[in-house]
Amino acid sequence: MIEVKNLEKSFVEGDSTRQVLFGINANFYDGKTNLIIGQSGSGKTVLVKNIVGLMTPDEGEILYDGRDITAMNKSQLKALRKEIGMLFQGSALFDSETVMGNVMFPLKMFSTMSREEQMERAQFCINRVNLAGSENKFPSELSGGMQKRAAIARAIALNPKYLFCDEPNSGLDPKTSIVIDELLSDITHEFGITTIINTHDMNSVMGIGENIIFINKGHLGWNGTKEEIYDQDNDDLNNFVYATDLFRDVRKYRLVHGYNRTRHTK
Amino acid sequence: MTWLYNVLNAFGEYCTFLWSVISIPEKWREFFKRYTNEISKLGLDSIPLILIVSLFIGALCTILIKLNINNPLLPRYSVGMATREIILLEFSSSILCLILSGKVGSNIASEIGTMRVTEQIDAIDIMGINSANFLVMPKITGLITIMPFLVIICMFTSLLGGYFVCVLTAIVDVDTYLYGIQTSFTPWYVWFALIKSLFFAFIISSVSAFNGYTVRGGSVEVGKASTRAVVVSNIMILFTDVLLTKIMLQ
Repeated sequence: MIEVKNLEKSFVEGDSTRQVLFGINANFYDGKTNLIIGQSGSGKTVLVKNIVGLMTPDEGEILYDGRDITAMNKSQLKALRKEIGMLFQGSALFDSETVMGNVMFPLKMFSTMSREEQMERAQFCINRVNLAGSENKFPSELSGGMQKRAAIARAIALNPKYLFCDEPNSGLDPKTSIVIDELLSDITHEFGITTIINTHDMNSVMGIGENIIFINKGHLGWNGTKEEIYDQDNDDLNNFVYATDLFRDVRKYRLVHGYNRTRHTK
Repeated sequence: MTWLYNVLNAFGEYCTFLWSVISIPEKWREFFKRYTNEISKLGLDSIPLILIVSLFIGALCTILIKLNINNPLLPRYSVGMATREIILLEFSSSILCLILSGKVGSNIASEIGTMRVTEQIDAIDIMGINSANFLVMPKITGLITIMPFLVIICMFTSLLGGYFVCVLTAIVDVDTYLYGIQTSFTPWYVWFALIKSLFFAFIISSVSAFNGYTVRGGSVEVGKASTRAVVVSNIMILFTDVLLTKIMLQ
């Protein structure tokens, strides 16, 4: 489990300081898809970057199963990072490497496996994300969805305990978004990973969200499950959730029929 | 005084960057793979450009020196001798590195800059790898390794350019030219050029990598970083050139 306690972060801009996160407290649970939601510019990405250690918080603690990342020295941080996989918004695949090369990369750098075992593991990850047949393709030859899947395969290559995903559905069509969401959800449950997904896609929230953290203007706006999110007396949350006609219709439908969706339907 | 603050700030960041670059590689095997790849990409791929530029500059030097040395008191072989001195002392190291900083420097800055803006560097960092060391160390060591060989190729080709001019135009008798390039030869000048080139290789690779690594923003910023890398490398090469010439030749 990852616990965030009283996290604060600000940036110096010229002569002034702009505070982005204000005393965030949140828990991210093992084997669950934990979603951080909020409007663009609300501080979601800054929160994730602080949690993974790409940024240093001004105040607060970030505990990975009790280990505070903010108090770690370089070697401890390095060891922890081997337990972390990350899926970036733009996939961040290495242009000069094929899909196989990208998935093999963390294995070559950190595993003690033989080359044959590394290939076997990489192939397993590629197959797991349904990319078999694209092993020798370069990222530029892949569609957006395939790039995301390749990036997921690379992220899970070392069997991470924690998986972070920054806007995994950005730039994808609704159907491919569902495929990526379900893949992330399946991997989370299959391998018991603590998955943290940073998104503003309400379809993802309602499809795979098990623990939802709503960030509003740098503050923790709400925390709960997707079953609870529809019926909250929280204006900021409702403005975000019911921003589209589709979800306003869903609300009306629920009021009439009491329908509760648990997962995307294919 | 803001410019001074900015210069000192950038220099401080450059030193911090070098501190993270200079460390033991995560995996030696991976390092050597990248190192040989960089030697090929930065060095061997530059040979055609070096051959063309050197050949023409050598030819031009010979023609221009001949045109400007019309004093009957000066021996005819002084054309070859002056051409050799110009090539050994300045062209084969300093001017060559100024040319290479355009090709190699912009290549390094744009490659690393693109990796930065597409989050590829963040992806390396998140895996617990020192990205500065992983990406930049092979480039610096690779260019330093190959640069002396490029300088030797440049020296040879430039003198060959002068030779071809003599053969094709008879501006100077070939034997006189060959006698000139051997007369009063100081071997130390070759070493001087080779030593200088090591410093210049370090400047080109590290300054360009720094400019790429610290890019913030998008593709426009990558372009700006690439230009800045070439400009700053050139200024530093010229400054170091003056300094090393003063120290090593006087």
